[in-house]
Amino acid sequence: MTDRRIRVLIAKPGLDGHDRGAKVVARALRDAGMEVIYTGLRQTPDMIVEAALQEDVDVVGLSILSGAHMTLVPRVVEGLKANGLDQVVVTVGGIIPDDDVPRLNAIGVKGIFGPGTSTQQIIAFIRQAVAGGE
Amino acid sequence: MPHNLIDRVLSGDRRATARLITLIENDGPQARGMLAALFPHTGQAHVVGVTGAPGTGKSTLVNELAKAYRKKDPAPRVGIIAVDPTSPFSGGALLGDRIRMRDLFGDPGVFIRSMATRGSLGGLARATSDAVKVLDAAGYDIILVETVGAGQSEVDIAKAAHTTVVVEAPGLGDDVQAIKAGILEIADVFAVNKADRDGVEHTVMALEMMLDLNHASRPTLHHGVLMPAESPAEPADETAAWRPPICKTIATRGEGVPALLEAVKAHRGYLEETHTMALRERTRVEDELHDIVGHLLVHRLMARLRPDELAHLVDRIVARELDPYTAAETLLQKMA
Repeated sequence: MTDRRIRVLIAKPGLDGHDRGAKVVARALRDAGMEVIYTGLRQTPDMIVEAALQEDVDVVGLSILSGAHMTLVPRVVEGLKANGLDQVVVTVGGIIPDDDVPRLNAIGVKGIFGPGTSTQQIIAFIRQAVAGGE
Repeated sequence: MPHNLIDRVLSGDRRATARLITLIENDGPQARGMLAALFPHTGQAHVVGVTGAPGTGKSTLVNELAKAYRKKDPAPRVGIIAVDPTSPFSGGALLGDRIRMRDLFGDPGVFIRSMATRGSLGGLARATSDAVKVLDAAGYDIILVETVGAGQSEVDIAKAAHTTVVVEAPGLGDDVQAIKAGILEIADVFAVNKADRDGVEHTVMALEMMLDLNHASRPTLHHGVLMPAESPAEPADETAAWRPPICKTIATRGEGVPALLEAVKAHRGYLEETHTMALRERTRVEDELHDIVGHLLVHRLMARLRPDELAHLVDRIVARELDPYTAAETLLQKMA
């Protein structure tokens, strides 16, 4: 009789102001039955980590279109680890050059979604990743 | 682990606090045992509800209220529970109240939790009052509970909170709205937000007139409790009646918020002086017990049914072979 829902934080770190993609993904995850916490633009890595902690999310989805992903993503991942949130699945969406994908994978980013990814792919990835962690 | 989690919550550990709220939301049996262990440590916080129509500025006002509380000396620790609706179609939810609360980031004396209603209709989630208990036990002195954007009858907050702030904004309706039953009746304090907009005086006046009428036609219903009418043997004690103050605010600039905070504090003082706090707590506990019994009974009953049993009864009702009351009686026989 437990009523478990997947909780996802969708955050936009850094200074780019393009949040259409983040909102489309947030809406798609909502329609897939997930609880999505959307925190808005211009979040620092510390803000994202603190929100993930208070909201006890299963997944943190970062949307970055500025090219600053190699600076911002490791800070979020380290912050999560420092707070004991190792279990949290981190995904990144946006413009990520192919060369950076293995480097992000190496620090523990499990899902990287570039342009052309369907929302169904993202939903399927999250469901599988969260189920695998239990 | 479970008892360890309780100790960590009591010591104010933020991660443990967040974890326990999730366990409660997911309604696992272990959560109930943990709530039982926390219960003796609750009852300290002042629980303040903030409700009002969508777009009146509730989240922004909660953000400013929290900031104002944190500037007090000594500064109380502030917990926030922000409720948003669950989609009736997908079961998912988009929880966006944190967008307006980014100012509070970096303050270790503030804890914000977003919560989806998960099918509850009264403006709160079923788990909200239990999450309040967790924050209370974790040492938050003030707990601000923001409801979903409320229409006219989402009044559960009045039962869950000690003080209910109803947020209005100019231009939402004529003065007949103000004498309808429902959300306006539960206010302990009114905030007329967006007070820089046209029509603010009209909104304030409509509320004042409504309050004048309340005053004239006692007994009044307050927080779902019928306040006793003055009997001839008991002379009217004008000082005993609380008239909800009306505070004009411009939440985006923080204007009027210190006065709103003082009004909320004054209401708490009133509750304590007049001993209505104890009366309200009793009513709240009774309601809560009623809800919990109903919830547990339904779950126990469902657990006893064969998988197709419910569907079969539904089929028969749809086919008009059986009426819903008889079907319900049939189900309840299972509990005997």
